[in-house]
Amino acid sequence: MRPGHGEVLIAEGDVEVRAEEELLIAEFARQLDSGMWAAVPVTDDHSGRREAQMARSFSEVPRDAERVIFFPRASGGQ
Amino acid sequence: MVLALAATGIVIAALLGEVFVPRAQESLARMRARRRRVPLPAELDPGRDRRAEARARLLLKSCVNDEEWEMYRDLGFIRVWSIEAGRPAGARPGTDATGDDDTAPDAGDSFDDDAEPAAEQRDPVWEALEELDDAAHADDDRARWAARFRREWRLRGAGAGTGGAKRPGAASGDTPYAYLIYPHKPILAYVPQTGRLLSEHCVEFPDETRPYGSERLPDSDDVLAKWMALTADEQRLLASANMHLPGRQIDPRQVRRDLWRLRQWERERARLTAAKDTRVRS
Repeated sequence: MRPGHGEVLIAEGDVEVRAEEELLIAEFARQLDSGMWAAVPVTDDHSGRREAQMARSFSEVPRDAERVIFFPRASGGQ
Repeated sequence: MVLALAATGIVIAALLGEVFVPRAQESLARMRARRRRVPLPAELDPGRDRRAEARARLLLKSCVNDEEWEMYRDLGFIRVWSIEAGRPAGARPGTDATGDDDTAPDAGDSFDDDAEPAAEQRDPVWEALEELDDAAHADDDRARWAARFRREWRLRGAGAGTGGAKRPGAASGDTPYAYLIYPHKPILAYVPQTGRLLSEHCVEFPDETRPYGSERLPDSDDVLAKWMALTADEQRLLASANMHLPGRQIDPRQVRRDLWRLRQWERERARLTAAKDTRVRS
């Protein structure tokens, strides 16, 4: 998510393909280093409700996740 | 005589020059600046924000639950149940495997405002109230306000006044509360059973790089960011936010009106769902 732009595709790839996974890992780290938070939209197996799961490292992203959304870090507002 | 007059004239001219030359230079510079061709900055694209918002709405729709999306589309805000308060009672500290809350007083017990039941200590809004109370110990009004809500928290924990709607899947004995998420406004915590407003949690998601001259996300992205942060890590988000008394930024009358609209909306939605089910069965 970017101001004035909404959704921007940063990178895409298949985690089963080694080269693409490395690209995704590098981009994930770059986004977190630039101060973004990462969240994965997931669906609860029991209730079927959608929620999000924060990922602090690439290993926390479920292998079957379709996407990871990066958004600016939260800070206290006025 | 002539020489003296000439010298005086030169001095007067020099003094006047000190006063008027800077003014003349400033006027000249301003005139030149007005004539200079200024290229249009990128942020003046009038359709950019609309396109960004359209993309953000699609992303929001694809992430949140259908009910939440329709709520945002129809009412302009999303209600999110507190994950912390909605946890099964058996999973809380101070409760046993049967879900009985050992810390909840029996009906008729007197409540001590200074007592700190373990279940409430894990509650993010409770903790925020505690911090507010500590910070405002010199301010009697704010301290009284925090104490009053702690008392209500404990009463609801004991099962008092829990006749209203509950979060799906929440066990009996829970103390559910919910949040209203508005775009670019504080997250509002309230008690669904009573409609009582608890607190405003002011939080922003500023992009310091300001890629388009603004650090504000599109409205729907702001809502999605709050939704993701709340459903994923409620404690972390509330810890990042500045907590204030209700009514600081969002007019309580507007919130009451929105809660009334939400009830009407839910009633209508339930009626339509029931009608659809009946049609499918027949």
